[in-house]
Amino acid sequence: MTTRSTNTVPPARALQVSSGRVGDRVFLGLSTASAVSIMVILAGVALFLIVKAAPSIVANWQTNGDLNTGPTGGFASFWAYVLPLLWGTLWASFIALLLGAPVALGIALFTSHYAPRRLAGILGYLVDLLAAVPSIVFGLWGIIVIRPFLLPLTDFLNSNLGWIPIFGGQPSSTGSTILAGGVVLAVMILPIISSISREIFLQTPRLHEEAALALGATRWEMIKLAVLPYARSGIVSATLLGLGRALGETMAIALIISPSILFSTHILTEGENSQTIAANIALNFPISTGLQRSALIGTGLMLFVVSLAVNIIARTIVARTGPGAISRPRRSRGVAVSPASPSIEATEAIDITKKLGKGIS
Amino acid sequence: MTTTASSRLRQPRGPIVNNLTTGQLPKLVELYLVAASLLVVAAIMAFMSAFTVGGWLFLSVVLYLVSLGVLSSVAENRRRAVDRLVRSLVAIAFLLALAPLVSTLATVTIKGIGQLNWGFISTTGGAVFNPDTLAVTVSSGALQAIVGTLEITGIAALMSVPIGILTAVYLVEYAEPSNWLARAVTFLIDVMTGIPSIVAGLFAFSLFSLLIGPKAFSGFSASVALSVLMIPIVVRSCEEMLRLVPSDLREASFALGVSRFSTITKIVLPTAIAGIITGVMLAIARVIGETAPIFIAASFTDNFNANPFNGPMQTLPVLAYTGYKFPSQDIAASNSSAWGAALLLVILVIILNIIARIVARVFAPKGAR
Repeated sequence: MTTRSTNTVPPARALQVSSGRVGDRVFLGLSTASAVSIMVILAGVALFLIVKAAPSIVANWQTNGDLNTGPTGGFASFWAYVLPLLWGTLWASFIALLLGAPVALGIALFTSHYAPRRLAGILGYLVDLLAAVPSIVFGLWGIIVIRPFLLPLTDFLNSNLGWIPIFGGQPSSTGSTILAGGVVLAVMILPIISSISREIFLQTPRLHEEAALALGATRWEMIKLAVLPYARSGIVSATLLGLGRALGETMAIALIISPSILFSTHILTEGENSQTIAANIALNFPISTGLQRSALIGTGLMLFVVSLAVNIIARTIVARTGPGAISRPRRSRGVAVSPASPSIEATEAIDITKKLGKGIS
Repeated sequence: MTTTASSRLRQPRGPIVNNLTTGQLPKLVELYLVAASLLVVAAIMAFMSAFTVGGWLFLSVVLYLVSLGVLSSVAENRRRAVDRLVRSLVAIAFLLALAPLVSTLATVTIKGIGQLNWGFISTTGGAVFNPDTLAVTVSSGALQAIVGTLEITGIAALMSVPIGILTAVYLVEYAEPSNWLARAVTFLIDVMTGIPSIVAGLFAFSLFSLLIGPKAFSGFSASVALSVLMIPIVVRSCEEMLRLVPSDLREASFALGVSRFSTITKIVLPTAIAGIITGVMLAIARVIGETAPIFIAASFTDNFNANPFNGPMQTLPVLAYTGYKFPSQDIAASNSSAWGAALLLVILVIILNIIARIVARVFAPKGAR
């Protein structure tokens, strides 16, 4: 992540140089149009969702023939429908974050400061492979592996710690609990949190670390003294980005939990799992019609707003307090292209004169 | 007197004590303790005949951490003990991440491998209703889903790769860093990476249902949804690769009087092409497994439909999803179709990742290998 180091300053005064040639102007026009199209697309997403969702938000849910039956039946208004879903979304994401974030930070520390140098790259790549596994595969895996795996734990927690509200209720016998969904979600957000925080841990100034070690600190004390304070804001934003990912994750929840639309904090039951917005849409979209679809799109709009807010907060924290170069987390890691060393540049310069020769003639 | 004393000092009785290594546990103490904990817990659980794999591993870890902490704080000191504990915790965290990776891949392989044969790939499968006997027979086959996945992802890539590369070129080559448009676009791309995938699907559905009417499901609509997810990934990776091109190259080109357009197309892009192709491949691998947006925008069907502009299309991830959540009457057959589709999908993703690695290696700038 040395993309902003000094050897790659984007050339300034681009516009003056390019004026005058047709190819240049067309290319500038095209690339500017692409950049503008990004703004248009985002605006379009918001606009079309609002247009399609509006009818159901303003409709009277008790008298409307579409809305008082089927998946949307039994709710007084749009808000009575969307608020429990919003709660379920936040609750599931919170469980995922609680389980996933500490593990992800541990992984990041392991790959950045504990693993043998030569293995660190490969081990980091292995964790990033988790990001490449399609979400549907995690969902199916959750059904047949995680659900039965967690059953003994479910029974144990419920019978011994049932007096704590979240472990209470009638324990599930199939394992389709929000705990199972949360565990799978946690696995899915591991790679994003760990890859971003690993990048930040690796950026800790070497001298800080060596100074701490020279004072006789153990490895952990060095990390506590030098690495963690330096990376604090980065950790926060990495966690928030993981939260953003968990909020929108559909398949794990849709496949694993048996949902109901209500406010519930029980994590071990079958009938009292708070449904999430995304999973609710995925389950009900094919069987709904007309205004019911509009209502589902309305819930999607709410999800869009929430995850937008979480992402903007995360980015702002990075931009304001973080070390400069971490605002570009990658979802999946590409090739590790090391910044060009002088010798590489030299060979490339020779190469380039050849290319130029071809280009001009 | 002094000579006898010194000669006596030079010949110490008993073992030689090295001050630098006193008060230290042996080198591989962690390994010994792990093995001991696993054995002890296994023995106790077997004795109480209450053996579960999860409980065994969990209790072993607890026993290991406790014994390591106690041993280290007795033999060494508290600071060392904390250090050793953290080291172990961090390593356990890493193993915790590997376990699901291995378990997922193993599960999908074991469950799907039985499905995977030439017939599954080359025939159109699904539920067929026989009006005479009123029986529904499920035949296994995923041709319709394979065609759908390739077409939808291909069209999405065709739309988002040019936009992505051109936007990255604009950000790196044309816009000055202080330019408001560049800053706004950079920020919006960051935001765009956070759009929930299902919202992208709802967007495409809304767009096309306003344009076409209620029968808005089509493969193209799903491609639009995937593009929304893919563009920011492509822009990000291309931008990074373009910034890695040394500015000396650009300056050398400008100094020879080459136009900016030629500099970009003949110098900058060829230098970065390996990274760009890798980024595009990984972006495709990322969206090819998206289920929710395709499910919303293209719906699902058992019919063979190769026309992306008309009617619902089946895709591999959606086949896997509907096989479990909306199975036909023959639930077992639907489920096994789902696993077959999931395995095919994983294989596709792995192939794309391997191609990305090979491209990166083969086309890497000379000397960087």
